[in-house]
Amino acid sequence: MPGLPLPDPRWADVPLALASLGLALWLTLTRRDRAAVIGFTGYGLLVGLVWVRLGSVDVALTEAALGGGLMGLLLLIAVRRLGDGTALSPPPALLTRLLVGLLCLAVTLGLAAVVLGLPSPAPSLVEAVAQHQALTELGNPVAAVLIAFRAVDTLLESVVLALAVIVLWSFGADRAWGLRPRALDIGPPSSALLLLGRLLPPVGLIVGVHLFWTGADHPGGPFQGGAVLAAMAALVWLTRLGEPPPVDDWLTRLGIVVGPLLFLVIGLSGVVVADAFLGYPEAFTKPLILLIETAKTLSIAVALALLVAGPPELPGSMSTGQPATTESRVTG
Amino acid sequence: MSLANAFTMVFVSLGALAFFASWVGLLRFPDALSRLHALSKADNLGLGLVVVGLLPQASWPFGVLKLVALWLVSVLIGGATGQMLAGVIHANAGQISDDRETRPDTGAKSAARANPETAS
Repeated sequence: MPGLPLPDPRWADVPLALASLGLALWLTLTRRDRAAVIGFTGYGLLVGLVWVRLGSVDVALTEAALGGGLMGLLLLIAVRRLGDGTALSPPPALLTRLLVGLLCLAVTLGLAAVVLGLPSPAPSLVEAVAQHQALTELGNPVAAVLIAFRAVDTLLESVVLALAVIVLWSFGADRAWGLRPRALDIGPPSSALLLLGRLLPPVGLIVGVHLFWTGADHPGGPFQGGAVLAAMAALVWLTRLGEPPPVDDWLTRLGIVVGPLLFLVIGLSGVVVADAFLGYPEAFTKPLILLIETAKTLSIAVALALLVAGPPELPGSMSTGQPATTESRVTG
Repeated sequence: MSLANAFTMVFVSLGALAFFASWVGLLRFPDALSRLHALSKADNLGLGLVVVGLLPQASWPFGVLKLVALWLVSVLIGGATGQMLAGVIHANAGQISDDRETRPDTGAKSAARANPETAS
């Protein structure tokens, strides 16, 4: 609004910076596991806001969806397995604390040295991207980098997710193989959660698909969209309105690999029809990108949801409660 | 200054006031349930006022609809999670004695949170 003496908008960053630092400090100091996990979830949202202020809305969305949402859920499940979350965990030994502190200090100093030592202006590929972005017919430069200019990184990322599911499943007991994951099966849901489980998934489906679709020209993309879709699946499983599929369900397995597989096949065919691995023939660039991104969104959603759902388990193994609290606390 | 901008300034300021009031409530209210009540007010009233204030600035129809949808989803989630938290607080009330120190009766939130850790 012209004519108004508005303060410098950067003042808005001061409370944000103070809140991030304060919360980070409290998270480090607290010994209440569950409170720390809830605080960490809030911290993910704060970091998301920091990314918004830095102008990286794509990163902000990813941080909020993965770092804040799904990660928080994973950690909450872990805390639940370790104990009832109300008791204090024992203080670590002094030597451990010193070592951890030194390590953290070294990481912080290293990061500070790297960031502060950057030449000014910092080396940047922004111009190169802006120059060639039109070739991909994508309006969002982040999407162009992820799916075209640095496609090999994105391919590896999507493969890593599939591998993570395999690793997680291999933690299941032999006798439980072929059964359903049950980490989210934590007893009958409260009526409020049930209401949420009934009303939210339709909205989340639209938001997730929208995030993926709009990612071509605006912030968003397969990871952000897939994370929202996975969260909706987790909500449905948490409220017992649905069950995670058994691990030997071939459709689920297909869902996990279809994204990386399609990406790899199209990338390999690029050796023949275009001039390089992961190169797209010029006439079909946009359709091929759309095809890969669609499959990738599906695979990311399936893989993230299954990562939250945990390894296959025998019925009743979760509801029997809280195994070996003290031992797992000490070792964990 | 146009009428739309004046409208925005008034309503966003009112929203900020509501957020501030609930922040004070969060710090000053004596028990967890009251604090939860103050927090829910921020989500619903404060965000609602901010959204109403931003409506004249949004593009018709999708910008406006997105803002309203954002508020509705926030109300739904805020209400549901508030109920869940209250349920947990109710279930734990009086059952675990040392749980008291996580939500002491008076004092600022930050001090209350820091105390149990630093004291031990």
